Amino acid sequence: MLISVNVNGAEQQREVEPRKLLVDFIRSELGMTGTHIGCDTTSCGACTVLLDGKPVKSCTLLAVQANGRNVRTVEGLKQNGQLHPIQTAFKENHGLQCGFCTPGMMLVGSALLAENPDPSDDDVRWAISGNICRCTGYMNIVKAIQSAGQAMQGA
Amino acid sequence: MYPASFGYSAPATLDEVLSTLSKLGDEGRVLAGGQSLIPLMKLRQAAPAHLVDINGVGGLDQISDSNGHLEIGALVRHADVITSEPVSRSVSTMASAAPWVADPLVRNRGTVVGSVAHCDPKGDWASVMLALDAQVVAKSMAGERTIAMTDFIVDFFTNSLEPGEMATALKVPKDVPNSGGTYLKLERKIGDYATVGVAAFLALDSAGKIARAGLGLTSVASLNVKATEAEAMLTGNEPSDELFAEAAESAARASSPSSDVRGPADYKRELVRVYTRRALTGAWAKARGEV
Repeated sequence: MLISVNVNGAEQQREVEPRKLLVDFIRSELGMTGTHIGCDTTSCGACTVLLDGKPVKSCTLLAVQANGRNVRTVEGLKQNGQLHPIQTAFKENHGLQCGFCTPGMMLVGSALLAENPDPSDDDVRWAISGNICRCTGYMNIVKAIQSAGQAMQGA
Repeated sequence: MYPASFGYSAPATLDEVLSTLSKLGDEGRVLAGGQSLIPLMKLRQAAPAHLVDINGVGGLDQISDSNGHLEIGALVRHADVITSEPVSRSVSTMASAAPWVADPLVRNRGTVVGSVAHCDPKGDWASVMLALDAQVVAKSMAGERTIAMTDFIVDFFTNSLEPGEMATALKVPKDVPNSGGTYLKLERKIGDYATVGVAAFLALDSAGKIARAGLGLTSVASLNVKATEAEAMLTGNEPSDELFAEAAESAARASSPSSDVRGPADYKRELVRVYTRRALTGAWAKARGEV
């Protein structure tokens, strides 16, 4: 089936089998490897992308279901050569150790901040509760997302 | 992991969906949120020959208010329930359960109707619908019918839809004056299935006695259980801790959990007892307007 998906602002047309998962479409067809495959069973959130602005698990979505829609991956956070405030905040707050969960955490964080620019600890922890980090203990992830919110409000 | 190959269509209208399903018969399967179906297909525990994706069909994502019911359309996502003003105002049991379903990302995608139609006894929504005596609206080329929840759930992963038929909505009775419901769930972590879940609903008459009681149990049998004996014990009686304790014993007897990674069967049965008592106490407080 021929599909056309807007990924990070660019239309991408490909012929795909209906059973191709969105995460595989992004990684193998488009060569964007920032979207990770962790558990492959809808549990960990490493494959998080934004579908029309909402975080979803791309291992549990067919590529054909993204036909005609907008997908944002971690590669789409940077704008005009500038890191997104959430990327800067993760760097400055040491919001990552191994980095495997980081793309998902940053995308969920950016979606949260779009709705709630000044989230409480509980708000952030609730928002990232579908994303697993095995390194940090989450403290600095929460801090990074809140600090990005501050930076975005100041900007 | 890849699912086995399948055919795919994404109709734009409900009429087109129904005519496609009718042509496909047994081979066709509706794809809504896909948060249960796609994982099963990846594990090769399900291999439908053809998926009919309804995500492009307009109008199915509505929660509409009609004659004592809320009608929950087939594309209403779990996340929509959490933010729905009609739900928080008029179906307290659903409002209580919604934040406990899956995790935030799955809730952005998975649907209430899909979860109920999936008939996984570990699904939360079916217990809520059993407690509330909700009905499933089913449509096909032949017309429309409504199916009581107890008739809809046939067995483990089996509903009573005919080939060519689709569950288009749930009709959920709204709370009446002096009524309220709650959902309690024990889970090991966010996103995990319930170790045990209990939905409880109580409506009081003008004298404060129980006019209607509803109890639904999650993860304790091969299907979601409606604890009918406990409901009958409650109905017509004065609410009290003793009555709730008796009903809770009955609900525990109605459950037949199995031992697994979430705990031994005896532990889960004890949880049913404790959670039923607590859920009834919570529903009673809501019915009296104390919460």
